[in-house]
Amino acid sequence: MKLEKGIPLIDQHDENGYWGGKFGGNQIAESLNYPIEELTREFEKLRNDETFIAERDYYFKNFVGAPTPFIKLENLTKHLGGAQIYCKLVSKATGGAHKAYNAVVHSLICKRLGKTYIGGDTGAGYAGKMLSMAAAKFNLKCKIFMGAKDVERQSINVFSMRSYGAEVVPVNSGSQTLVDAVSECMRWWTSENEEAHMCVGSTVGPTIFVKICAWSTAQISREMKKQVIDEFGEVPKEMKLINCVGGGSSAAGFWNEWIDYDNVELIGVEAGGPEGSSKHAAPLTNDSPIGVLHGATQYVIQDDQGEIEETESISAGLDYPGVSPLHCFLKETGRARYTSASDEEALEAFQLVSKNEGFVSPSLEPSHAFAEAIKIAPKLSKDTIIVVDSCGDSAKDSKIIAERLGYKI
Amino acid sequence: MTSSTLIKSFERAKEDNRAALLTYTVGGDPDKKTSLNIFKSIADSGVDIIECGLGHGANIGDGGAIQDSTYRALSNGIKTNDIFEIIEEFKKDYETDVIIMTYQNKIMAYGEDDFLKKCVSSKVSGIICVDWPWPLNLDFAKKCKENSIIFIQLLCPTTNEDRLKSILNDAHEVVYYISMLSTTGQKLKVSSDEIKKRFNLIKKISPDKKCIIGFGITADTINDFKDTDACVIGSALCREITRSLNEELNPATNVGNMVSDLKQKLSS
Repeated sequence: MKLEKGIPLIDQHDENGYWGGKFGGNQIAESLNYPIEELTREFEKLRNDETFIAERDYYFKNFVGAPTPFIKLENLTKHLGGAQIYCKLVSKATGGAHKAYNAVVHSLICKRLGKTYIGGDTGAGYAGKMLSMAAAKFNLKCKIFMGAKDVERQSINVFSMRSYGAEVVPVNSGSQTLVDAVSECMRWWTSENEEAHMCVGSTVGPTIFVKICAWSTAQISREMKKQVIDEFGEVPKEMKLINCVGGGSSAAGFWNEWIDYDNVELIGVEAGGPEGSSKHAAPLTNDSPIGVLHGATQYVIQDDQGEIEETESISAGLDYPGVSPLHCFLKETGRARYTSASDEEALEAFQLVSKNEGFVSPSLEPSHAFAEAIKIAPKLSKDTIIVVDSCGDSAKDSKIIAERLGYKI
Repeated sequence: MTSSTLIKSFERAKEDNRAALLTYTVGGDPDKKTSLNIFKSIADSGVDIIECGLGHGANIGDGGAIQDSTYRALSNGIKTNDIFEIIEEFKKDYETDVIIMTYQNKIMAYGEDDFLKKCVSSKVSGIICVDWPWPLNLDFAKKCKENSIIFIQLLCPTTNEDRLKSILNDAHEVVYYISMLSTTGQKLKVSSDEIKKRFNLIKKISPDKKCIIGFGITADTINDFKDTDACVIGSALCREITRSLNEELNPATNVGNMVSDLKQKLSS
């Protein structure tokens, strides 16, 4: 399996949609073949359409708030010693996370397809919140599928979605979390695809959804590349980009422009779950078997019967048993390194970063990435630049964090 | 030669001047013993072909009724091997053909070759795999053929004519027409006439292929499909199993009665 230079990562799949001839694809029911072909044709047209790009950039700038800040974490760097730690503060994007990019692009595509109805899945609630936000802006009827358990534990985001006029559908099947929400959303689209468009909330699902999502979040690295050159005058000789990986949409976007730079190390951090527990949400780190989930071939946490196993993580946004085919490909080609952080390590990282930096208060998802930065920074020289993608804000996790740390709020 | 017996099931129904009747129930729902009894009762009630679901929790094609059945079987610990054992046991006493309907990850996890070996030894006649579309399924379909098992390609209302022709060209003797865009068990949103129009197009392109019509067919509409090749009733039966279990009645008897009624409606 080989990564090609000079070709966007999202285009390095074969004619059947498999990266490295192995990951991704369109393992879908025949009823979804037509809408997926239609969407594929439309997206290939739109990504080369200057009017569409200008429209996208307009909304990214004026609504999502691009570019998000790129800052040095002076205090954390001093505290840890070793490498210089920087942060791409994607959490400053409207809505508090990177999910807005994909939501805006899908809403624009939906309109171009002449459809007025959009549906999507959500786990932690960010993808659903941003999609309902964009749907309200673009006058689209919106339906969000969310596991019944997640509806409970992320009630603030559910409230937001409903305020934006979206219908939130609690999914009661299986583990009642993200995996079931995605299944139900795909079933809904099977029935409604003549009138409705589907937005998959991460770089998962059939190939075209992986591509659209990564193309949207690529905004993160596009703007960061400029910021890095402004800061250092050139691309630093030793640079490490650390990102958490659940479905993998923020990491795909954070790394996109850097894939061809051999001196830039890409490190993905999955959710290791509670310390001492055998449950985790880290299929890449733990070499889970390869299987088919939600229409694509990937590493997926499953039992010997091919049944998807329940995952466990303090972070609802990383609590997904599969992972993007893009990351499977980056792992297998050796381009990116994947590791995991436990719930406890993520919590400690959250505290250390918040206490030292104030302005940066990562949600539990990027706290996993910070945990890895904290682990490796002291061992590195000050010539090494570490950049962490702080892709979500901790506000949505206040309740969980406070409970774990013994505060009453 | 299992595949030839499957074709004969269609031909026997044709001699009766009716479409073949297929039932879908989830194998192992709610447990091995009851599931086997349900199969026997369905067969005794005159079904032509039994479609046995090898359920998958993360399915993307099943409606609520079949999901409930799947969930019951899985949470009672039903494994792929149990499904093969149910079929093997059933085939000891019955000649009724059995086809398996499942999802790709179930076959992958078992291993394609081992899965087919088990299909042969338990006398499975055909396989439908919901999320393994043409042309990605061609290698596996070829392996099925080598084992005399019919791999049943799926077609739907939005399969355009070029694709339809290509699929039919590669298809084995039997294909399955998903009559409407939906998951299983939803309300019929196209008319019987529209469905038959599409069925006739398939038959015009490939007169020799047997075409099963599935999705949305109920006791009220089944007679409309009398002059087609075959039709499937699934969700209504799964719902009946749920109802019988909830009311502590015998699901095998009740499902059997339902099948007798459907068979009569299809024959009248």
